[in-house]
Amino acid sequence: MGHIIIHQDRIKDAEAIKAFCPFNALDYVNEYLEINAACKMCKLCVKKGPDGVFEWCEDETEGVDKAKWQGVAVYVDHLEGAIHPVTLELIGKARELAAKIGHEVHAVFMGSGIRHAAEELLHYGVDHVHVYDDPALKHFRIEPYTAVFEDFITRIQPSIVLVGGTTVGRSLAPRTAARFRTGLTADCTFLDVQESTDLDQIRPAFGGNIMAHIFTPHHRPQFATVRYRIFSAPERSETATGTLTERTVPADRLKSGIEVLEVRVKEVTAGLEDAEVIIVAGRGVKKASDLAMIHALAARLNAKVAGTRPVIEAGWVDARKQIGLSGRTVKPRLIITCGVSGAIQFVAGMNNADCIIAINTDPKATIFNVAHYGIVGDLYEVLPALVACLAPAAEVLEPAFA
Amino acid sequence: MKIVVCIKQVPGTSEVEVDEQTGVLKRDGVDSKLNPYDLYALETALRIKQGNGARITAISMGPPQAEQVLREAYMMGVDEAVLLTDRKFAGADVLATAYALSQGIRKGGMPDLIICGKMTTDGDTAQVGPEMAEFLGVPHVANVLRIVELGENAITVEMDMASTVEIARVSYPCLITVEKGICQPRLPSFRLKLATKDRAIPHLSLQDLEDTNPKHYGLDGSPTQVKRIFPPEVNAGHELWTGPGPELAARIAERLIHLKFV
Repeated sequence: MGHIIIHQDRIKDAEAIKAFCPFNALDYVNEYLEINAACKMCKLCVKKGPDGVFEWCEDETEGVDKAKWQGVAVYVDHLEGAIHPVTLELIGKARELAAKIGHEVHAVFMGSGIRHAAEELLHYGVDHVHVYDDPALKHFRIEPYTAVFEDFITRIQPSIVLVGGTTVGRSLAPRTAARFRTGLTADCTFLDVQESTDLDQIRPAFGGNIMAHIFTPHHRPQFATVRYRIFSAPERSETATGTLTERTVPADRLKSGIEVLEVRVKEVTAGLEDAEVIIVAGRGVKKASDLAMIHALAARLNAKVAGTRPVIEAGWVDARKQIGLSGRTVKPRLIITCGVSGAIQFVAGMNNADCIIAINTDPKATIFNVAHYGIVGDLYEVLPALVACLAPAAEVLEPAFA
Repeated sequence: MKIVVCIKQVPGTSEVEVDEQTGVLKRDGVDSKLNPYDLYALETALRIKQGNGARITAISMGPPQAEQVLREAYMMGVDEAVLLTDRKFAGADVLATAYALSQGIRKGGMPDLIICGKMTTDGDTAQVGPEMAEFLGVPHVANVLRIVELGENAITVEMDMASTVEIARVSYPCLITVEKGICQPRLPSFRLKLATKDRAIPHLSLQDLEDTNPKHYGLDGSPTQVKRIFPPEVNAGHELWTGPGPELAARIAERLIHLKFV
């Protein structure tokens, strides 16, 4: 790959240059400026640093033969055969990427008693579905699942592997990527592909305060995880296309040091991820009883109520209804935020909504940067009036319309 | 029982910005702290030690300044600390970081249990734990909510699986990553601070590891590369409405009807 050379003789301001690195990776060791282990190789010093001090030196690298790695693969995330919708979203993206580079789309489906469910995938434009149906795969256990994933990748040699950013995906993708000594980019929010089949991956870092564009120039396959509701699922087509192949791996490779003793189904919280309309209560809501306004609006719009961190921490809204990087990512058709300032932590979990309406008293609130409709107003004035406006016809004659 | 806890020094704040003109990260220089998720990993280990007896080693990779978080681990009650630090480790992505840590762990002899926090606040990937488990060839369970039982040959844990909770028994040696709800981390103790202030923190460099091939570490060992970093997009085509509350409400209602949400 390469390394950074420091031309000591060209340093003009010895102390100031240290502060130049945002990661504190520049230090003086025996009077010489050196790069320490904190370096992220962002190369900012090379690109933007003082003239001639930092130089990038490219090393010769022997990469893989990219032509030998063909196809875009999707891991089918499911619970007992019920396919997680993130899978369909990834299939949609995989088709788009594959079309650009003339590859085929593969889906790898592992579990127990899933043969029938696998056929459904043929309605979403997958070229080849690979099914590993084995009682040993009934529960998600890391070693057998990784062994199956490894078998699939070794046989098919896909260039790109997309995995949903679910509990299973976030455990399985890194384990498998490590087995192939290849790169994995987590929680991508944007994917595109170059003619060279290099995958352009963009993901938020530092709690979403910066975006990083990442690629995997010399390794295959290229792994990426994507959270639910980042991409759109394709339409189901009536006719089934593509092939379905049943595959097996030898039993000795399905051994595990993990034994699942019990599976408890969690109490169902009507999933926030599936909501079409969401109303969010933020810090601007002063006390728990004021949530009644939010619920009244939610009832009118057939919406789910969610909260930002302060509201969740106050215990006013169920913790499973937190939106943001430390909560859920949502992509509803409509989201109305009430008294939410728009911390990037929060925004990263909802800015893919089709329509964002934000109500906040502070015209400089950062939420207005992402809102399609920014309402500068007090939620205590706007919400009751809005509920009245949306009330059934007979009650509509409120002063609000006058 | 021998436990290793992996910890990391992260920036004190995630409030970083990118200067749009220059593409340079704007960040306050020295402020850094222990990754908050790691506190839960440390606390989990310390409770196992209290209940069953264990020897706990905290391991970290980073610049020499990262000693600070290992000091903090001492102040919580960890027995030993190790810092992996070498210029050759610089620019490591998930794979190279996980590999270096796994090598550092092997150096001290395979532990029974490795505990990691759920993720870090600067990378947000939650991938280093599972990748380390692969390099160490041990089973792993991510998102552990609770330790049910600590057995002779295996640990029984509750793992969070989105719509279910699974109770699983995992044979040693193994790796778990713990959720932040698992326990309430203790505060660093002043008594331990005094007691451990002279305790050494050994450094491991590339030469000390079993695999000394520099191509497996740092930038050279990292399949992924950062092409560029940039500020998140801001919405250019947005409308800002001002006026009296009732009037705003009427406009919103009109728009919701127009957009067929009502």
